[in-house]
Amino acid sequence: MSTAVEVEGVTFAYGETVAVEDVSLRVAEGDFLGLIGPNGSGKTTLLHLMIGLKQPDAGTVRLFGKPAAAFEDGERIGYVSQRATDRSRSMPVSVREAVLMGRFPHVGHSRPGPADHDLVDEALERVDIADLAQRPIGKLSGGQRQRTFIARALAAEADLLALDEPTVGVDADSRTDFYDLLDELNEQGITIILIEHDVDILTEHVDCIACLNRKLYHHGDTVSFLESDAIADAYGSTGKIVTHDHP
Amino acid sequence: MSLDTAYADRRGSNRLGHTVELAGLALTAVFAVLALLFVVVDWLRFGGGPAGAAATGIFDQYIAAGAVLDTVLGTRVFESPGTIRVVMTGVLIGIVGPLVGTFLVHRQMALIGETLAHTAFAGVAVGVVVAGLTGIAGTRDQLVFIAFIVSAVAALGLQRLTEYTDSYGDVPIAIVLTGSFAVGTLLISMFRDRLAIGIDIEGFLFGQFAIVTVEGTRMVAVLTVAVVALVVVNYKQFLFITFDEQAARVARLNVRGYNSLLIVMTAVVVVGAMQILGVILVAGLLVIPAAAASQLGRNFRETLYLSVLFGQLSVLGGLFIALVGSLPGGGSIIVVAIGCYIAAVAVSDRSAGQLSIH
Repeated sequence: MSTAVEVEGVTFAYGETVAVEDVSLRVAEGDFLGLIGPNGSGKTTLLHLMIGLKQPDAGTVRLFGKPAAAFEDGERIGYVSQRATDRSRSMPVSVREAVLMGRFPHVGHSRPGPADHDLVDEALERVDIADLAQRPIGKLSGGQRQRTFIARALAAEADLLALDEPTVGVDADSRTDFYDLLDELNEQGITIILIEHDVDILTEHVDCIACLNRKLYHHGDTVSFLESDAIADAYGSTGKIVTHDHP
Repeated sequence: MSLDTAYADRRGSNRLGHTVELAGLALTAVFAVLALLFVVVDWLRFGGGPAGAAATGIFDQYIAAGAVLDTVLGTRVFESPGTIRVVMTGVLIGIVGPLVGTFLVHRQMALIGETLAHTAFAGVAVGVVVAGLTGIAGTRDQLVFIAFIVSAVAALGLQRLTEYTDSYGDVPIAIVLTGSFAVGTLLISMFRDRLAIGIDIEGFLFGQFAIVTVEGTRMVAVLTVAVVALVVVNYKQFLFITFDEQAARVARLNVRGYNSLLIVMTAVVVVGAMQILGVILVAGLLVIPAAAASQLGRNFRETLYLSVLFGQLSVLGGLFIALVGSLPGGGSIIVVAIGCYIAAVAVSDRSAGQLSIH
C-alpha cells in the first residue's frame, strides 16, 4: 500500500521548548490513525507538521511521496482545526458557501462551474446536511458544523482528512453519528488522521494509534496499543486521561 | 424543526428584502458610474479640443443637476463643482471602504484601519518634510500622494510585525497607532513653516471638504477601480482566508500574499477616504457598515453587498446632512453609519455581541 504521510526523525521546538522530538511514523493510504497524548504533548504540532503547516527543525515529512514543504496539491488534504470552528460562529457564511470553499483550490481565480456545484451538492448529501445548505453556519449545532467541514473536505475531493479534536463541544449522540460517518468515509478509502483525547472513542473507531508525549511512545494497531503500557508511560503518574469504566 | 419554521416565516420578508437589496445595488452601480464619469470629465474639460468641449458639456450637466437639487432644497451648495467633487468622491469611498472593511471585520482586524489612518497622517508629515527640504511646492495632492506610499509601506511593515508576534495583538497596534501619530505631529510642527501653503492639521484630522481636490478625486477613482477589480478577482481567496486561514494554508493558498494584498488595499482606501472623513474617523467607514451588514446577511456574498449599501447610505446621508446643515462631514457620515448599525441590530435576530465573541 502506498504511503500518505511519512514522518522521519522529526523534531520541532517553539523557541527553547521542544514540542515534538525525533518522531518517526508512517501513515499508509486508507489508514485511520488516532493521535493521543496528554495536553501539551505536541499532538497538534505533529499534525501541523504532517500536513505541512509547520516545517520541522530536523527530520523530514513527506506527503504522498513529496516533501511536505513542496507539496502543491493542497486540495488533497481536508483539514478541520479547532480554530475554524470558533471563527465560523460569528461570520455570516452559509453552509453552502463553506462547502464550496473546498472547490476554491481547484478553480483558482475562475468561477466555480456546474461540476463544482454538483460536487458540493453531493458532499452535502453525503454528510446529511443538504437541508441546511442555506443556513448561516453560526446557527448550526456543533455536530452539524463539523459535518459542514467534512463536507468541505469531500467537495475538495480530499483523500486525506486531518482532524484536530473535531468533537469538542459536540453532544454525545451527534458525536457517535460523526464517528460513524468517519468510519464510512475511511471504508471508502479516505485516509484519516484524528486527534482525540477520549481513549475509548478512539480505540473503538481507529485502526492505528500513535501515542505521543513529545516523543512517540507507541505507534501500531489498536490492539497492540491497548496491550502496551504506552498510555501510562506517556501520561506519567500525574497525567489525566479520559477513560470510562466499562468492560 | 422550529428554526426552519422561523426561516419559512421570514421567507416573505426576505423576498422583499432581496428586492430592496437589488434595487440598492443597481442604484449604487449607477452612482459609481456617474462618479467615475465625473472624474473623467473633470479631468478632460481642461484638455481643450473636441474632447474638452464635450467634457465641459457633460460637466455642466452635473452643475445643472446640482442646481436643480439646490432649487428643490432652497440651498446653494450642490451647484458648486467642489461640492459635486466631494459627493462623487464620497460615492466611491462609500463602495471601497465597506468592501475591504467586511474582510477586516471578520478577521478581527477592525483596528487595522484606524492604525493605517494614523500612519497615513505620518505619511502626510513625511510629505511636509520632503516638501520643506526639497523646496517643492508641497501641494495637498503631493502630500496625499506621499501619504498613499507611506501608508502602504507601513501596512506591509505592520503585516510583518503581526506575523512575527503571531497575532493582530492590541499592543503592536497601539504602539504603531500612537507612534506614527506622535511622529506626524512633531514633523509637521517642525517643518510646516518652510512650506508655501499653510498646513492645517485639523483638516487632516477631521477631514475637510476643501482638501478634496481634482487630483485627490482622481486618485480615489483610480484606487476604487483597482480595489474593486482586485476584490472581484480574488474574492474566493479572500473569503477562504478570512473564514479559515489555517485550512486555506493547508489548501496551499498563498495566505501571506493575500494578507499583504488586503492590508495594502486597506491602506490606500484609508488614505482616499481620509480626505473626507479625516484620520480619526476614517476607520468607522470601513468597520461600521460591515458590522451592520453582518447583522442581516445570511451568507457572505449578501453581507458584502449589504455593507456596500450601508456604506453608500452613510456617506450620501452624512454628506447631505453636513452640506445642508454646514456640519462636519466625517462626523455626520459616522453618525448615520451608526444609525444604520442600530437599525440593523434592531431588525436582526442575531445578538449584537456575536461579532465580538471569538
